[in-house]
Amino acid sequence: MKMITAIIKPFKLDEVREALAGVGVNGVTVTEVKGFGRQKGHTELYRGAEYVVDFLPKTKIEAAVDDAIVERTIEAIVSAARTGKIGDGKIFVSELQEVVRIRTGETGSEAL
Amino acid sequence: MKKIIASMAAIFALVAALGFSLPALAADAPSTPSASAVASAPSASASASAAATAAAPTAAAEAPAPTPNKADTAWIMVCTILVILMSLPGIALFYGGLVRSKNMLSVLMQSFSIFALIIVLWCIYGYSLAFTEGNSFIGGFDRLFLNGIFDSAKASFSTAATFSKGVVLPEYVYVVFQGAFAAITCCLIIGSFAERIKFSALMVFVILWFTFSYLPMAHMVWFWTGPDAITSAATLEIETAKAGLLFQKGALDFAGGTVVHINAAIAGLIGSYFVGKRVGLGKDSMAPHSLTMTMIGAALLWVGWFGFNAGSALEANDTAALAFVNTLLATAAATCSWVIGEWFIKKHPSMLGGASGAVAGLVAVTPACGFIGPMGALIIGLLAGLVCLWGVTGLKKLLGADDSLDVFGVHGVGGIMGALLTGVFAAPSLGGQGIFDYVINKMSTDPYSIASQVWVQFQAVIICAIWSAVVSIIAYKLIDMVIGLRVSEDEEREGLDITTHGESAYKL
Repeated sequence: MKMITAIIKPFKLDEVREALAGVGVNGVTVTEVKGFGRQKGHTELYRGAEYVVDFLPKTKIEAAVDDAIVERTIEAIVSAARTGKIGDGKIFVSELQEVVRIRTGETGSEAL
Repeated sequence: MKKIIASMAAIFALVAALGFSLPALAADAPSTPSASAVASAPSASASASAAATAAAPTAAAEAPAPTPNKADTAWIMVCTILVILMSLPGIALFYGGLVRSKNMLSVLMQSFSIFALIIVLWCIYGYSLAFTEGNSFIGGFDRLFLNGIFDSAKASFSTAATFSKGVVLPEYVYVVFQGAFAAITCCLIIGSFAERIKFSALMVFVILWFTFSYLPMAHMVWFWTGPDAITSAATLEIETAKAGLLFQKGALDFAGGTVVHINAAIAGLIGSYFVGKRVGLGKDSMAPHSLTMTMIGAALLWVGWFGFNAGSALEANDTAALAFVNTLLATAAATCSWVIGEWFIKKHPSMLGGASGAVAGLVAVTPACGFIGPMGALIIGLLAGLVCLWGVTGLKKLLGADDSLDVFGVHGVGGIMGALLTGVFAAPSLGGQGIFDYVINKMSTDPYSIASQVWVQFQAVIICAIWSAVVSIIAYKLIDMVIGLRVSEDEEREGLDITTHGESAYKL
């Protein structure tokens, strides 16, 4: 099992969710986050005062998936979230040791 | 201290530059004989005459005293409500949106508390000191605790004079209308030292400043004994001698350019020097937390300002209608010019620019609105938007103070500009109303001199600025020694909402 964490542009969230459903991902956790990467921030001007906004709003998606669909999941996110412009985000894949469904007590792949 | 003196010098240099450049345009030197200045007593300058009203019962024995017109009474009560709307919640939201979210409640609470406090003081002694006969600087104690307005022996209410002979308002209406002005003036000041002032220090300052700066200025500019007793050159001289200092000089201030805006802006600017800069200024982001709130506040100010300006006619008449259209037009013009100016210079037409432009236009047209024609208002508005845009950018850098919400840049610069231009656009040759002569009870037939009127306006600006500055300096110094002006650095960093008021604005 793998944990897939993707940072994407907020307005791409719906497309990514649909793409994930298409490859059999049954659930995701979504968080509104801020951060910086290669995409620079922007400046805001209020009367005489200028402020540089370094941290841009992004959306973080976390999905726990079975090893069998890891590649397809990554492809789905990449194709749905890509605009080709700087700031499209990143995908991190990490090993997942255990999953437990709280309601039934199922563990491992069955709990996904 | 050195900084304060330097910046005061800068302000006066600015005022002088604006003031002297205008009369220089006209050929005749500003040398109006004092007699003619008296003869040209302005048609407006709000005031109630306690003396006239006190005399009313005696006069009633011979001729029936005038009774208030119900339309006028209803109109001025509606105007009073509109002016209250400017403070609660207009100015509170306008300022509140401009601070960081951790200080939102502090600004709302400061406005709310100042409003309540000033209304209490107004009814105890403020109204009496501002609007009863005393000397040319301050009134007397005839209306202490609003005493004498209701005569229980005769079961009758006293009346207040308007600007038309034989037309009166119930004096209680005049009390609340003017009380709302006093309250919003004090609320304006808080923008200068928002996000760091100690609440207790602010309340003490407001009490001192209201008593020693607002009340004398209101008396000097607006107090007169009303038009009814003026029938000849001799009675004009007698009645004018009882009026406030600047009224006697013939200064034109229809709805409060000097008394409200310049007065409050100077107090704010001096305050921003005494209280000091915000912690982290220039390093941390101090961006407004909600321009949505600021837009709502500015819109409420715009709407409420019709009560402020058109209501200052004290009657539902032609002058009120003139003030109304001028207030609408100048504000719209200033909004356009600020936004266009900003779009050119800073590349974006911003919402904050629109809201600031509207307030600048409202401020600038305030002293002029009942005296000038609509095209005069258009020019004042267009200039106000651009000049105040400079006030919050270029001038702000020159002054070097952390006037957090630009009280001086908007209210000070706009107020001074409006006060001086009132003298220009009140000229009948420029579509203005000229000067009303109560002896002949129509517009004065004397030729209107722009130069001498601007000179009078200039003196009013200078007297107001110096008076407010001196009172403010003494008050801030005193409070700084006794209770301290600002909160501790830790409290400031955490925000005044939690540390001073024990609550937070948003639970999202």
